[in-house]
Amino acid sequence: MNSKVNMNQYVSKVVRDIPPSGIRKFFDLVTQTEGVISLGVGEPDFVTPWHIREACFYSLEKGYTMYTSNLGLPELREEIAAYESRKIGVNYSPEDEILVTVGVSEAVDLALRALVEPGDEVLVPEPSYVSYSPGTTLVHGKPVSLMTYDADEYRLRPDILEAALTPRSKVLILPYPTNPTGGIMKHDDLKALVDIIIKHDLIVLSDEIYSELTYEGEHVSIASFPGMRDRTIVFNGFSKSFAMTGWRIGYACGHPEIINAMNKIHQYTIMCAPIMAQKAAIEALRHGEGEMKKMVENYNYRRKLMLAGFKEIGLSCFEPRGAFYCFPSITSSGMNSEDFCEQLLKEEQVAVVPGNAFGNCGEGYIRCCYAASVGNIEEAIDKMGQFLCRHRKG
Amino acid sequence: MELEKRILRLIENDAQLNPKTIATMLGEDEQKVVAIIKRLEREKYILGYNTIINWERLGDDGVTAMIDVKVTPEREVGFNNVAERICRFPEVSCVYLMSGTYDLSVIVSGDNMKDISWFVSHKLSTLDHVQSTTTHFILKRYKQENFVFEEPEQDKRLVVSP
Ligand SMILES: Cc1ncc(COP(=O)(O)O)c(C=O)c1O
Repeated sequence: MNSKVNMNQYVSKVVRDIPPSGIRKFFDLVTQTEGVISLGVGEPDFVTPWHIREACFYSLEKGYTMYTSNLGLPELREEIAAYESRKIGVNYSPEDEILVTVGVSEAVDLALRALVEPGDEVLVPEPSYVSYSPGTTLVHGKPVSLMTYDADEYRLRPDILEAALTPRSKVLILPYPTNPTGGIMKHDDLKALVDIIIKHDLIVLSDEIYSELTYEGEHVSIASFPGMRDRTIVFNGFSKSFAMTGWRIGYACGHPEIINAMNKIHQYTIMCAPIMAQKAAIEALRHGEGEMKKMVENYNYRRKLMLAGFKEIGLSCFEPRGAFYCFPSITSSGMNSEDFCEQLLKEEQVAVVPGNAFGNCGEGYIRCCYAASVGNIEEAIDKMGQFLCRHRKG
Repeated sequence: MELEKRILRLIENDAQLNPKTIATMLGEDEQKVVAIIKRLEREKYILGYNTIINWERLGDDGVTAMIDVKVTPEREVGFNNVAERICRFPEVSCVYLMSGTYDLSVIVSGDNMKDISWFVSHKLSTLDHVQSTTTHFILKRYKQENFVFEEPEQDKRLVVSP
């Protein structure tokens, strides 16, 4: 074909119309810079604990290299059922209420595809993880942003949910603890949403991938409230809690008819999650909780370090109680998020992510990940301090 | 004791963490952390601080050996007297009482093999109650006190990700 032909015209409109990822743009910029200290990552700085890696080698040696059932290995589903039961106090049957997926990413996509009719509205709290809105658009649904605010510690307020409801509202995403803010929803915060959810007959996609990384009190799942179990799909995975991002393994738990619908898509598109990752996940759930708790303790130390550092250099930041991010306001610099990040990278070789990559209401903020070494956190904050001194207004 | 243990776990693998950082990470007062560390040092819960150095990379070819020592235990004190005598030699860096076919494991360093064989033949095996010794020379160090000598761990993550 002639190279002058505009090949973009062949790309479907729905894909063409998805805006380029703000993170991707910034990534290209960072990779062109040398000697960067990065607080821009979205994954643990731990390598997967050795016993989990070793269990995977062993399974390969034993010849576990084949497909598994679409839902995932029965032993893994049993471990997941036991784990969720002790963690959130909700019982799921390993037979037909748990689906093992290629990361929570796949699980969220499956759920949106299984639930959303063209024109249905999917309510997405913002700022939040980048894939919910494009995932909705791809199935011809309509993403509706629910603003959350620094002053509310990024909890979803019932009045904001209620104000956004229309007859087409169908799915509510609850991504707590939240990437990028570290905000969590406590028991009472969730309770305030339950009546509205039931009254308006919403289905909840509860992305609990950061739930193990909750630093004060215990994580509470919306699925544990009366009347909520069957209208909630709980997602969790191994990426963050067990430092297993590259393994691509996660799962969804929910009502058998919804899990079955998701599995219909999964069986034709993916077949099954890789058996090596499933074997490793079994090891993680059977013997990994001790090491996981140590990692969580370690994140907590660094959370406090980063927060104190921001305070010292005069960046205001609410106290995040989950995940591994701080989300300070940078308005005192007089710059917008993107300019701030670009200048900081240029002048100080520190990479952080502009808040607006997670939705418009992230403008004026930056995401800083504290899954970094103590030395790097301290050095990055020093450099940000010098940067602010030079640029602060007045 | 909980706070003491948490402080110790933090500095166990990074003796250079400064008290201010430790205090921030634990949500404690800096003066309190300084006082606890001072006390732990004074009371010998913290015995000292070492530096792990890759001497080989600096072209230094010193020699280290691990020596298995069989000892006749003494009435009342068992192995303690002999072990304490061995500890006094400055070239000895570690002395452990072992289960199994021998009794003490001794780690010795010297400039060359001759130094070590001289130490074994003249000092160690001539001690009262020492029955026999077996010397193993260390050929290469891969990992010591949690640090890997070659190819130190690198951050393999993408610099920016969602
Ligand atoms: C909130 C949230 N959900 C899901 C994911 C994707 O997780 P997985 O690796 O299981 O696909 C991420 C990854 O950054 C995330 O932050």
